[in-house]
Amino acid sequence: MLSTQVALVTGASRGIGQAIASELGKHGAIVIGTATTQNGAEIINQYLKEAQIKGLGLAMNVNDIAQINNAIEIIRETFGEISILVNNAGITRDNLLARMKDEEWDEIMETNLKSVFFLSRAVLRSMMKARAGRIINISSVVGVTGNPGQTNYAAAKAGMIGFSKSLAREVGSRNITINCIAPGFIDTDMTRSLTAEQQQNLIKHIPLGRLGHPIDIASAVVFLASPAASYITGTTLHVNGGMYMD
Amino acid sequence: MENTDIEQRIKKIVAEQLGVNEADVKNESSFVNDLGADSLDTVELVMALEEEFECEIPDEQAEKINTVQEAIDYVNQHTSH
Repeated sequence: MLSTQVALVTGASRGIGQAIASELGKHGAIVIGTATTQNGAEIINQYLKEAQIKGLGLAMNVNDIAQINNAIEIIRETFGEISILVNNAGITRDNLLARMKDEEWDEIMETNLKSVFFLSRAVLRSMMKARAGRIINISSVVGVTGNPGQTNYAAAKAGMIGFSKSLAREVGSRNITINCIAPGFIDTDMTRSLTAEQQQNLIKHIPLGRLGHPIDIASAVVFLASPAASYITGTTLHVNGGMYMD
Repeated sequence: MENTDIEQRIKKIVAEQLGVNEADVKNESSFVNDLGADSLDTVELVMALEEEFECEIPDEQAEKINTVQEAIDYVNQHTSH
């Protein structure tokens, strides 16, 4: 379904990003996954190889434009132009606002939001030329509902949604679609840091009565990257078991 | 390289980029008013010129390139062709 497509997935060494990279590969795309460390890049290489997916793991900081340009050059020379970008890399630095440090705010903005600007700009030129392209930004339910202790994270995730809508309007005429996916609570390292009590509380508010799995998000990404979604742009697809309904 | 050659290359790029006939691209043609370019078209056009002539056109200069002749003048003045 996605054969001849070249997909770049940031934050692909584990969790949701790993599932996205694997699913895109399973559906025929060449997949380049990024991680912040060389070790992370090796993990990506390993699972791509095991699943016989053509592609590559790359160590790259998503908030470093020089590293991004370098990575894109490597991808271009090895596989061709990127036609699917999945901005998935993200971190949390939770704190109540009254106690939040400047660095906790800045780190979230750099890694979770500025990276989306950097990467989208970096792939846009070739997508405009090709008159085709998909950018899929992994936002969060928290960006829509808010969450105490996550003013920084929620601001960045809501920022992605506004960014996507604006860019969708800018480049729609070039047949490039920009969409967000807003995961609810997905069973990953990020949510495993919650206490059992916190998790039980959360589940009470999820109509489907369970945490989501990374594959639930990955399937939504495959859909938005596929020809079936060619008329969808500027939207946010909520994948959250019903905990928030748009 | 001859000036006429630069002119031909630029007209070809403009025609391709804006999807118009090369014959309709005159020196005095305005990208927006005569050739129907929108703001994204003009950005793409500048990117295409940068690529063709291996130069970087800063935003404040790009804003002043509104006609074919202005593009020709810019390339003549700022590149080794």
